[in-house]
Amino acid sequence: MSILVDADTKVVCQGLTGRQGSFHTARCLAYGTRVVAGVTPGRGGETELGLPVYDTVAEAKRETGATVSMVYVPAPFAADAILEAADAGIGIVVCITEGVPVLDMVRVKAVLGDYDCRLIGPNCPGIITPGACKIGIMPGAIHEPGSIGIVSRSGTLTYEAVHQTTGRGLGQTTCVGIGGDPVRGMNFVDCLELFEADPETRGIIMVGEIGGTDEEAAAEYIAESVSKPVVAYIAGVTAPPGKRMGHAGAIVAGGTGTAEAKYAALEAAGVATVRSLADLGEAMAGALAGSG
Amino acid sequence: MNLHEFQSKVLFREYGIPVPEGRVAATPTQALHAAEALGGEFWVVKAQVHAGGRGKAGGVKLARSLDEVEELAAGMLGQRLVTHQSGPEGLPIDQVYVESGSDIERELYLSLLVDRGSERVAIVASAAGGMDIEEVARTSPDRILTVTLNPAAGLLDHQSRRIGFALGFDAAGSVSLGRVLTNLVRLVHECDASLVEINPLIVTTAGRIVALDAKINVEDNALFRQQQLAAMRDPAQEDERERRAREHDLSYVSLDGNIACLVNGAGLAMATMDLIKLHGGEPANFLDVGGGATAENVEEAFNIILTNERVRTLLVNIFGGIVRCDLIAEGVIAAVRNTGVKLPVIVRLEGTNAKEGMELLANSGFDIVVASGLTDAAAKAIEAAERAE
Repeated sequence: MSILVDADTKVVCQGLTGRQGSFHTARCLAYGTRVVAGVTPGRGGETELGLPVYDTVAEAKRETGATVSMVYVPAPFAADAILEAADAGIGIVVCITEGVPVLDMVRVKAVLGDYDCRLIGPNCPGIITPGACKIGIMPGAIHEPGSIGIVSRSGTLTYEAVHQTTGRGLGQTTCVGIGGDPVRGMNFVDCLELFEADPETRGIIMVGEIGGTDEEAAAEYIAESVSKPVVAYIAGVTAPPGKRMGHAGAIVAGGTGTAEAKYAALEAAGVATVRSLADLGEAMAGALAGSG
Repeated sequence: MNLHEFQSKVLFREYGIPVPEGRVAATPTQALHAAEALGGEFWVVKAQVHAGGRGKAGGVKLARSLDEVEELAAGMLGQRLVTHQSGPEGLPIDQVYVESGSDIERELYLSLLVDRGSERVAIVASAAGGMDIEEVARTSPDRILTVTLNPAAGLLDHQSRRIGFALGFDAAGSVSLGRVLTNLVRLVHECDASLVEINPLIVTTAGRIVALDAKINVEDNALFRQQQLAAMRDPAQEDERERRAREHDLSYVSLDGNIACLVNGAGLAMATMDLIKLHGGEPANFLDVGGGATAENVEEAFNIILTNERVRTLLVNIFGGIVRCDLIAEGVIAAVRNTGVKLPVIVRLEGTNAKEGMELLANSGFDIVVASGLTDAAAKAIEAAERAE
């Protein structure tokens, strides 16, 4: 079992003919992901990586039965690409693109409510169910099918969590990179809910960072609704206030969004927190042993 | 990207948001001429720096004569202004804004921003103008009104009225305020402003609504479609290293410690700083070379880091995903060779081709210390920094 994507998931890639889209889709195909088509407006009828390219997502969906879209469309056009996928009836849109203007995302989020569509990202590594389906830019080889659900705002920190759980023989059910932007699709709570309901997921690692209050919302949700052990790490204890730390969403503003406040909320919710990134795997193993 | 007050007020005028008459000056003589041209009996001389808290720091002063305008400008220009937001080194005052004085009856607070919680543009208003709004939020949150805008509907009249009445306007005054609000919302969308802040927004003794201050932040991600605003960037207000990093697609933030970090990924870069601190060291910077780190940007990162004289050691922390660690190792070796760095360099590599990368480093002939993991890397870096101090 897993959440959101599995070995049967059919994927269409928006922006397949671009440099990023073609580079990463080739790696997804090599991993075994069932990428079935690409979409590039004006390039319909061509083939790329042996896949048919369509002008519209609607056409690609109709012809191939794809249910998930992976978006590499450049930032100026990414918002429109997301909504095109939603409008075509795609159920899950994974937007890898970095640098999407925040006001574009405000509009996307408002319109997305009209559709039965989940958005992951933008500015994220994507989602992977190890051994079954890799949708995004993460290195497939470090993953191992197993029992831990991972949700993270940061790409490389997700890889660290994966590496440590693989190293301890725990493996992963599904890993979701929700992205580093202030306005984004799925959040911690959405993923926690799915991991809680997934019978194969025995424990959950969440990796947060400074900025916003989504980790606090997650803490509240965990206290009320999550029975599985959760281990959390928050990056940015040493980040100076008012400075954007790489990710558009990683900023302590007006005294809110500090790592300390997030740690406090999570600890109050009974979450096992670690102050060193290096301790994630060990803490997860310990939490699983403790929960029997 | 921040705009200066005088730049923000140019935009305000374009968008029909009332501001006092004013002119920008780079010399005391220009300031004098500006005041002469403006006329009137009193003026305000305002230091143009990218930091709030200018008033308390002596960067906003009232002049009652033309001579005084010139004196105040002479006192500010060429100096650095230190405010609670500027950092201890302060920011250079290269220009002052000379503005006609206003007869103030009331001071209000108004801002528009992208609210992360609601994922919408929000208008924040308070009758407690001219004060530190974060302090107001802490001590009397009931004095702050937040109204969020549905993107499909924009600002609705009833929302304008609600803000107007909360700020103490009567029905007619609320209509006037509504016009200002409508124009501000238009500005936010058309200019991709992630923040517009007016503190204070004043009501003059004649009953006019005027933006006495103006602060605009244009969202970096949208600069590709805001060329005109992007051209207003003032590099003198930015940290030299941060500016240089940005030009090379690196993300850099200066800190006060002596252990420089070079990391791929923003999250891991923060986590590396935290790890150093956790083990008793002090990070000198945040530096993300990006998910697609290359030998070239590793070398540029070295160059930027080495301009910081406080740095005693370099910690390179790479998790190779798509990026191969052996290529990063080659980049590190080339950077050590080409920069002639004399400081100890600690490297932790994990992920794709990490073993090959570590072998390359160990056999490079340079004094590069290979760490066996995150904790070991932090410990080795701290030890090296302590030895070098």
